[in-house]
This record gives sequence, structure tokens and C-alpha cells, in this order.
Amino acid sequence: MSGKGMNLTLKIWRQKNAQSKGKMETYNVSGISEHMSFLEMLDVLNEQLINEGTEPVAFDHDCREGICGMCSLYINGEAHGPDRGVTTCQLHMRMFNDGDTIYIEPFRAKAFPVVKDLVVDRSAFDRIQHAGGFVSINTSGNTQDANAIPIPKADADKAFDAATCIGCGACVASCKNASAMLYVSAKVSQFALLPQGKIEAKERVLNMVEQMDEEGFGNCTNTGACEVECPKGISLENIARMNREYLSASITKES
Amino acid sequence: MSVLDAKIPEGPIKDKWTNHKNNINVVNPANKRLIDVIVVGTGLAGGSASASLAEMGYSVKSFCFQDSPRRAHSIAAQGGINAAKNYQNDGDSVYRLFYDTVKGGDYRGREANVYRLAEVSANIIDQCVAQGVPFAREYGGLLDNRSFGGVLVSRTFYAKGQTGQQLLLGAYSAMNRQIGKGKIKMYHRHEMLDLVIVDGKARGIIARNLITGEIERHSAHAVVIASGGYGNVFFLSTNAMGSNGTAAWKIHKKGAFFANPCYTQIHPTCIPRSGDYQSKLTLMSESLRNDGRIWVPKNMEDVEAIRSGKLKPTQIAEENRDYYLERRYPAFGNLVPRDVASRAAKERCDAGYGVNQTGEAVYLDFSSAIQRYGKEAALVQGEKNASAERITELGEEVIKSKYGNLFQMYEKIVDDNPYKTPMMIYPAVHYTMGGIWVDYNLMTTIPGCYAAGEANFSDHGANRLGASALMQGLADGYFVLPYTIGDYLADEIRTGPIATDSPEFDQAEKDVNDLIDKLMGIQGTKSVDYFHKELGKVMWNNVGMSRNAAGLTEAQEKIRKIREEFWKGVRIPGDRNELNPELEKAIRVADFLELGELFAKDALDRNESCGGHFREESVEESGEQKGEAKRDDVNYKYVAAWEWTGDPGQAKLHKEELEFNDIELKQRSYK
Repeated sequence: MSGKGMNLTLKIWRQKNAQSKGKMETYNVSGISEHMSFLEMLDVLNEQLINEGTEPVAFDHDCREGICGMCSLYINGEAHGPDRGVTTCQLHMRMFNDGDTIYIEPFRAKAFPVVKDLVVDRSAFDRIQHAGGFVSINTSGNTQDANAIPIPKADADKAFDAATCIGCGACVASCKNASAMLYVSAKVSQFALLPQGKIEAKERVLNMVEQMDEEGFGNCTNTGACEVECPKGISLENIARMNREYLSASITKES
Repeated sequence: MSVLDAKIPEGPIKDKWTNHKNNINVVNPANKRLIDVIVVGTGLAGGSASASLAEMGYSVKSFCFQDSPRRAHSIAAQGGINAAKNYQNDGDSVYRLFYDTVKGGDYRGREANVYRLAEVSANIIDQCVAQGVPFAREYGGLLDNRSFGGVLVSRTFYAKGQTGQQLLLGAYSAMNRQIGKGKIKMYHRHEMLDLVIVDGKARGIIARNLITGEIERHSAHAVVIASGGYGNVFFLSTNAMGSNGTAAWKIHKKGAFFANPCYTQIHPTCIPRSGDYQSKLTLMSESLRNDGRIWVPKNMEDVEAIRSGKLKPTQIAEENRDYYLERRYPAFGNLVPRDVASRAAKERCDAGYGVNQTGEAVYLDFSSAIQRYGKEAALVQGEKNASAERITELGEEVIKSKYGNLFQMYEKIVDDNPYKTPMMIYPAVHYTMGGIWVDYNLMTTIPGCYAAGEANFSDHGANRLGASALMQGLADGYFVLPYTIGDYLADEIRTGPIATDSPEFDQAEKDVNDLIDKLMGIQGTKSVDYFHKELGKVMWNNVGMSRNAAGLTEAQEKIRKIREEFWKGVRIPGDRNELNPELEKAIRVADFLELGELFAKDALDRNESCGGHFREESVEESGEQKGEAKRDDVNYKYVAAWEWTGDPGQAKLHKEELEFNDIELKQRSYK
């Protein structure tokens, strides 16, 4: 660690609860090490606020290693901040400079109402999964042997890549339409690429898309911001695949 | 005779589980609908239990403190899941997995439970593949395997470095199917704060809605605690920030015995800490030890040159490197079990050979694997005269395909490229083998209250082998609990719905409200984190990788003192009737401050070294094993189950003697 660390000005969205109006507040922190994660910097701020007897800033976080999908934050106008391929908890302060002013807002979307400060309600994502994000088999263990159906490695790898979505919502927050297409298409693709998922593929895509629309997410206009900001690099190809699945299911479904 | 009855079925070990399933009571499908089960926690154990119980017909209520069940910390498990499939034709079998797990646990696990775990392991893989879990595959389309520490076969199934994520999303999808059908009622952002006992049976919980602060009553015919481990008692660990011991501790205080709290896994390969502001430690999967070689410099002058920045690790010649695991344990080499690898790293660093500023880091080096894979890939691709650069490039691609996300994670945190220079790693607290005492049916000492997954103590003895936590979580939730809970619930079919307006619910809710009011009323001067960090320091220094009687006695006194100061001096801003993360932390830390003391007490009581519990007083003095941990089977071949008596320092010890009928008790050697 060189010198005494960075001095930063933070402009943070404060909002008491879903019903109240919020506003940006200004805070200063000093001595921030470049090795700190962004959330550790916020820990420093909160410790400071607690010691001053004021309420700390509420933000979602849990695993702090980029996999649980709990952390969010819109930092200087980008979901998960300026670095690529990381969540906010993996964003490090070396991406910033001494004297910077940093704007920190919650993920904004009609379908993600603010709970408090920087915490939003992403339960709409769960409800889309309830509508079809599964293979309808029981958990008895009495299925066939795991190696009974060989799956081409390329398909298995693509399904895996889609399945690495962490459900953080950065795609929605980055999209000018607040669309959830990247998120929904990742799950639809994972199953569409595997023989286990093919049996219910039609119902799945129709039901999940219907629920997505019901939750108030916007439409996709192929801008591609979601793919750029996605911490897990979920590919736009998944959206194309879902569109194909949706179209063919709509035409061929038995009514 | 002990008050503890493990209820291990009679008969030969390979028939116990089958016979037991054939003989226990079953609830008919129509009656299952009338029975409520509460499951606390939605990780691999809780998520799979919720899904399975709902499928069977029970009315399930699931609770998690996160904003979605998919965020439980099982999601962060990296390396893999073991199963005795023997797909690699390397002689694996149920018996071998059973043997490795008992030996790996340093003969402090319960044989019958471990055998059952090995027995159902293969079903887990079948189940997960059927659910659409995208495991790694070979070019022929079949499942791939790799090796983990403490075993000589390849039985670990994986999905790159995100196996836990994929398995948890599988369990989450099974839950979603049942939530969609209304068979599971999901309570996210809810924290269980007490267990309600009516007429000696678990009948419900008190939970706090974390958004509104409302205290809620939920009743059920049985309660399953699957809330994970208590590694965060050390403050710094690889656990998630929210991982906590509260649900387990609350049931302990209501009568569930707490077993072997001192058995903690300190994982050898984690990113070293960088400063006081550090909030958590990050694991680098054990799978990396398949291809990474661990070393420190042989010569002190090289160590000093590295620390002062004059020398890079890549400049140290092969003959000047000490691959200390390969040197000390030729049979298992870099794949010795975690406890052994951690102690060996500590030994080198204590001797002054640590390679970073703090002196607490060793190298994990992939250069020889990159060369080996690169040469192989060049041949496969027909490049017979590939240049050295080309071989390195090809080798790095292979490593990337196996561990890409781990290497990326390392680079983001440390700002160093691990393809070009060795990783620096150091041990960190990772998993707790100890937990709530359960019998063979996974029932605690409270009738109707069960514990599953990391929250219970049952399968890993004093040290857990890699890729076994995922196996145990899913085994408990998918295949064990759904059967065993029926044996108890068969007697509940006439009970009818459990009322929540009983005096017992009144009292439990009042206790929770009083606790919260008391905490909010302190209005002291120090944050919750301050006390948590103080506790963590005592735990790491006195109850960490190496323990002795004086240090453990001192730890108990210090923890008591921190606890007193906490109850006088903690400051929780905000209100109790809203989202208040400081209040959530305060409730959890209050419990850790009690659990930590019991932890140290248990460690003091166990004057032997076994698995992750290393007592300096108990070391092999001579022979081939000189300096290794010395187990004492004459005096300590038991499970220490502690009963709450009102004060963690006064907990009452009950012993469950362990019997080894199918595996011979031996010195655990990896040489």
C-alpha cells in the first residue's frame, strides 16, 4: 500500500422505505486502500456513520466473491461499476483515483422497487422461475444412470455457460427498457440445450415469457447493454435462442 | 448409559439403511397434506429437503434470510461433489468412499451415517443430471471426473469451479416447481429467531420479517434446521457475510445438544488477507491442487529477496524450491487432506518461509501443469514441432477451461496474473464439522426438530474431505430426511393444525421481542463489527490452527469479557420496525459470543489432536510420523455433545461413544 490511501466523495441514494421519497446525499471517506473491494469501502463509510450516531447505508451483499448475486449497485452510471466481468463485491478500489466523486444508486426498474437506500426487491425474478424454470421430475433419485444419455460436450458447455447466470439483475438495470430478456433466456437456453429440458421446452418458454411480461419488465430492442454489463458474460445468443424457441412454441403449441 | 441414543439400526453395515427404510413408519399421501413442515435455510440441504418433502405431499414452509433461496451460501462451493460411481474404472466403490471419509475424518465420525452417505452418493449424480445440472463432460459425451484431497481415485463430479452454484440452482429449480404448485410457501428475507416447543415437541418458530421488522409466528408438526455452519464465529472466513449460527444456537438453547463445536476446517488454499479492513476471505478451490504444486523457497535469502521485491518466484530455480507437501507426504503429495495441508503451510510460515509481506503465504504454482497439458494438446492437434511459446499458450487454454473462473477471481482480487506467476495462498476458516447433534434419523435431542447439512455434526468427523459437503447436503435433503421424518410424523396424523395462540408461542414471541428491545436499548458507542472482530481475533489466535490448554483457557475468559462489553456498549442505529442490517448482525453476533466460548471449552476438553483440531500437547514424538497429530482413541473416541444449562461456560458434556466395527482404527497416514 502506497501513501495514505484515497480520499473520495460519495453521492449515495438514501430512501427510508418503498413509500418515501429518496434523495442523493453526500459523504466523504478518506484513507481508502486500493486493495479494498468496493463493498469494503462502503463498510468503512458505514462504520464512520455508526460512530457518528447516524444510520448506515443499507445495501445488499452476501458471499462477497461474485457468485451469490445478492450485491447490486449502480455505480457512476453502470451496473456493478466500471470494471468488466465482475460484481460490485469483486470491484476493487484500484479502479478509482484519489479525489474522485462516485455516484452510487440502486438498480432501477419498475419491476425492482426500492426497499431501502440501495436495496431493491428482485422477487420478480423468482416468480419467473416458478413459472417454468425447472425440469418436472421428482427428486427420488430413481432416475436413469447419469451416463445413460451422452450429451455432446459442446452442448453441455453452452448449457453450462447459460446456467452461470447469478440472477443479480444487472441486465435489467443496464437496459433502457428494463427488459429481463437476458436473464430469462439464460434459463430457457440452459434447458433447451439439454435433452432433459427438451420435453417441456415449449410450455417452459411460453410460461416464463408470460410471467416476465406480467412482472412489468420492458421489451428487448437488441441494444446489447445487458451483455456488456453482465458480470458473468451471459451471451446475447441466448436471447436469440429464446426468441426461436418462443416463436416455434407459439406456432406449434397444442391449444 | 448415555442419554444419547444414536438409533443406529441393527445388522451388517451394508444392510442398515435398506432395512431401516423397510421398517420405519410411513405417512399415507392423504395424511401428508395435513402435516406442516418448516425448513429453515435453502442451501443444498434445506433446498433439497423442502423440494422433496413438498413433492411427497407435506405442506412445507421454507425460510431464508437472503432475498431469494438461490443465494444460500452453498452457491459458492467451487470444486465438486463426490460419488462412488466408478466411471473412471479406478477401483472406486461404496466401501472405498465410506473408508476414505471415515479415515479422512480421523475416525471421529459415525460409521453407519457415513456408510449411508456413500451408499446414496451415486443417486445424487443421477438425480442432478435428470434435473438438467450441466456437469462437465468429456468429448465422448459422458461425465468427467477429477480428484480431491485425501483419496486415491477420481470420483469428483464438477461444473468448472461453480459446482455448488449448479447443484444449488438444481435444488432451487426443484423448489420452484413446488412453490409454483403452492406446496412450498417461501418466506425470503425472514430470519428464524426462536424455536417453539409445546409438550416437549418442536411445534414452530418465531421469525422476523427483515423488511418490516414484524415478529411472526409459524407453526408446524416438525422443524428442520438447515442453516449451515458457524465459521463466521472467526469473523474472517470463506463464509458469506450473512452466514450465521443463530438458528442452530437458538435450538441449542431450547434443548438440542451441540456436538464437537471445536471441529473446524481451516482450508489450505485461500487468498491471504491484505489489511485490517478485510471483510471476508476468498477460497481458491481444492481442485486446484490437482494441477497446482505448493512450495516455498528453500533458502532464507530468497524469501527475503522476494519480500523486498528484488526477486520474482519464477526466477527461483527448481532445485531451490521446497515442495514441502511432496517432500513430507510422497504418497498423497499435493492432495493430502485439508487439515494436513493447512498445518504444513503454517509450519513453513512459522519457520519464516512465508512469501508475502505478512509472512503468511505460500505459492500454488501451475507452471508444470501448463507445460504438461500444453505438450499433450500440441500432439493432439498435430503440432509436432510446437514452439515453447505455443506449448505455454495451449497449456494455459487447458488450465483456463478447467479453472477459468477461479483464475479470474484471483486476478480481480490480487491484481496478479496466476497464469504467469504462482498464486499466493494461505489457510482460512472454511467449514464447521461440528454442529447440532443428531441421531441416525437426523433428529436432534428435541423431538420433532431435525438438523441437516452443515448445521448437523454427523458425517465428517474431525475433518471433512473435499467435495463431501455438497454430497452430504444433498444426501440429507433429497434422500435421508424425506424418509426418516415420516417415521416421526406418522404419529402426528391425528394432531391437526398447530395453533399459534398457545402460551408457548406467546412466551417465545415475548422472548424475541425482549431480546430485540434490549439490544436496541443499549445505545452504546461501538459498532457490532467492532465486537465481532474482537471475537474473531481471539478465536483465530487462541482457537485456530494450533491450540493449547493455556490459550484455550484464556480464550474463554476473553470471550466472556467481550460478551459483557457487547451487552453494555453496542450501538445499533435505526429502528426495529424496518430493514435494519445492524440489528440483524447484532442478534447473530450475540449468539456467536456464546458459541465461541463453548467452542473453546470443547477444544480444551479434547486433549488430543484429531483432524482439524490440533492440540500442541498431543503430537507424535518419534518415528516416521514425528511431528504429526496424535490421536488418543483410549480417552477421546467419543462425540462430545454439549447441553445448554444457561451459560456456555457451564455447558454439560454428554458422550456418545463411537464404535468402529467395519473399519480398523489406525494412525491416519498420508505418507
